[in-house]
Amino acid sequence: MRPRVGVLALHGGVAEHEAALAEVGAETRRVRSAADLDHLDGLVIPGGETTTIDRLARRLGLALALRAAVGGGLPTLGTCAGLIALAREVRDGPEPLVGGLDIAVRRNAYGRQRASFEAPVLVPSLGREELPGVFIRAPRVEDVGPAAEVLATCGDEVVAVRQGGVWGTAFHPELTPDRRLHAAFVATVRAGGAAEVERREEGAFRVGA
Amino acid sequence: MSDNGGTGTPRVKTGLAQMLKGGVIMDVTTPEQACMAEEAGACAVMALERIPADIRAAGSVARMAAPEIIRGIQQAVSIPVMAKCRIGHFVEAQILQSLEVDFIDESEVLTPADDAHHIDKTPFAVPFVCGATELGEALRRVSEGAAMVRTKGEAGTGNVVEAVRHMRAIRSGLARLGGLGSEELVAEAKELRAPVDLVRQVAAAGRLPVVNFSAGGVATPADAALMMQLGADGVFVGSGIFKSDEPPARARAMVEAVASWDDPDALARASEGLKGAMPGLDIGPLAEGDLLQTRGW
Repeated sequence: MRPRVGVLALHGGVAEHEAALAEVGAETRRVRSAADLDHLDGLVIPGGETTTIDRLARRLGLALALRAAVGGGLPTLGTCAGLIALAREVRDGPEPLVGGLDIAVRRNAYGRQRASFEAPVLVPSLGREELPGVFIRAPRVEDVGPAAEVLATCGDEVVAVRQGGVWGTAFHPELTPDRRLHAAFVATVRAGGAAEVERREEGAFRVGA
Repeated sequence: MSDNGGTGTPRVKTGLAQMLKGGVIMDVTTPEQACMAEEAGACAVMALERIPADIRAAGSVARMAAPEIIRGIQQAVSIPVMAKCRIGHFVEAQILQSLEVDFIDESEVLTPADDAHHIDKTPFAVPFVCGATELGEALRRVSEGAAMVRTKGEAGTGNVVEAVRHMRAIRSGLARLGGLGSEELVAEAKELRAPVDLVRQVAAAGRLPVVNFSAGGVATPADAALMMQLGADGVFVGSGIFKSDEPPARARAMVEAVASWDDPDALARASEGLKGAMPGLDIGPLAEGDLLQTRGW
């Protein structure tokens, strides 16, 4: 059966994630209200502007529902602004929208758009061939706590992490044709039950304050 | 990052435009306005010396904003800061890149500096957005390196009719390409005054190769949603916010309308309780020389 993955569709790179998820065999649904989160097998929080996504989610009454869903074990992938939304701590900004992922991030840490760059990303669990990494006004992962594990590096920097079923990347896998990361995430979504066990073993994924 | 070589690539330039989709880009002239726009949920701001309605009223030569205006706005907000340069004025663009604006709008709202040429945008690391009134114009700008296009509309009027006309013209141009055979595309490329390879690529994809926002005369939440339903990826709102009676509430309503563009119940909620919109101008009586949309070649 095709897993059903929601894409938070308030703003940003929504269509790109939908296309990537469809290519790796997932059914997608746009999430713009709390009710849209019902009966999902997974969730993607796309890139975009953090304040735009944050303000809209709060005004549309989605913030608590997102925290409950992600904290309740819904496998979730956040890219760029999505990573910021999932982080435990945002060092130069307000309270993250969802929180709980045991990392501290700094927004736009590489500089303004002129400093946005492409560089290969090494994801050891996906093999030795690097993924193309597109970093756009990207956040920097400055600290990885004990509950999170490093998923990918670029040079000596951590650029993706996971904590059970919750994944976050500082780069944009949806902007390049390489589908390995989406495929691996959807495999986690398919193994929803197994991920649940894994999370209990690792220590529960806690919802942000 | 150890390997920081790949800056200014086409993918990072078009990629930023992709991340702005579904958002509202607001014209601002002060750090206070920029903060208000960010708080309302704008996905970017356009730093200007004067908003288009005031440029139109002043009638004098309109140029790039002074660096201190742009810097002040950059320091005030964390969202991308765009700025306008005159059509063809590649030195204004160089200065804007040096100031590290996130996007440069080569804009007909300012007085053109070159009456025959647009800037060659390819060598710049910072992405460009350009206005278009129909498909050929959009494709010419893309072939010059624009990472994003927008309908021109008629800026500073608060009248959405021209933005609608331009969006429909782009749509029908795209639909027409879909029905043409290979040899017809060569003739169509001449008609569009656009490179044939780009025309073929667009015909095959059935869509523009870059993000297309709508601009010029968007004044209400309903206007913004109208442009989204006509196929815009997002909207620019210039005078529509700071020429209205209650800018913060209107700015929030515009952001909500673009996010909920296909939900009439949500649009009704976003439209409720707003004080007066900008008064607006009828386009008909404007003399040809007063139109901004005819600037650009």
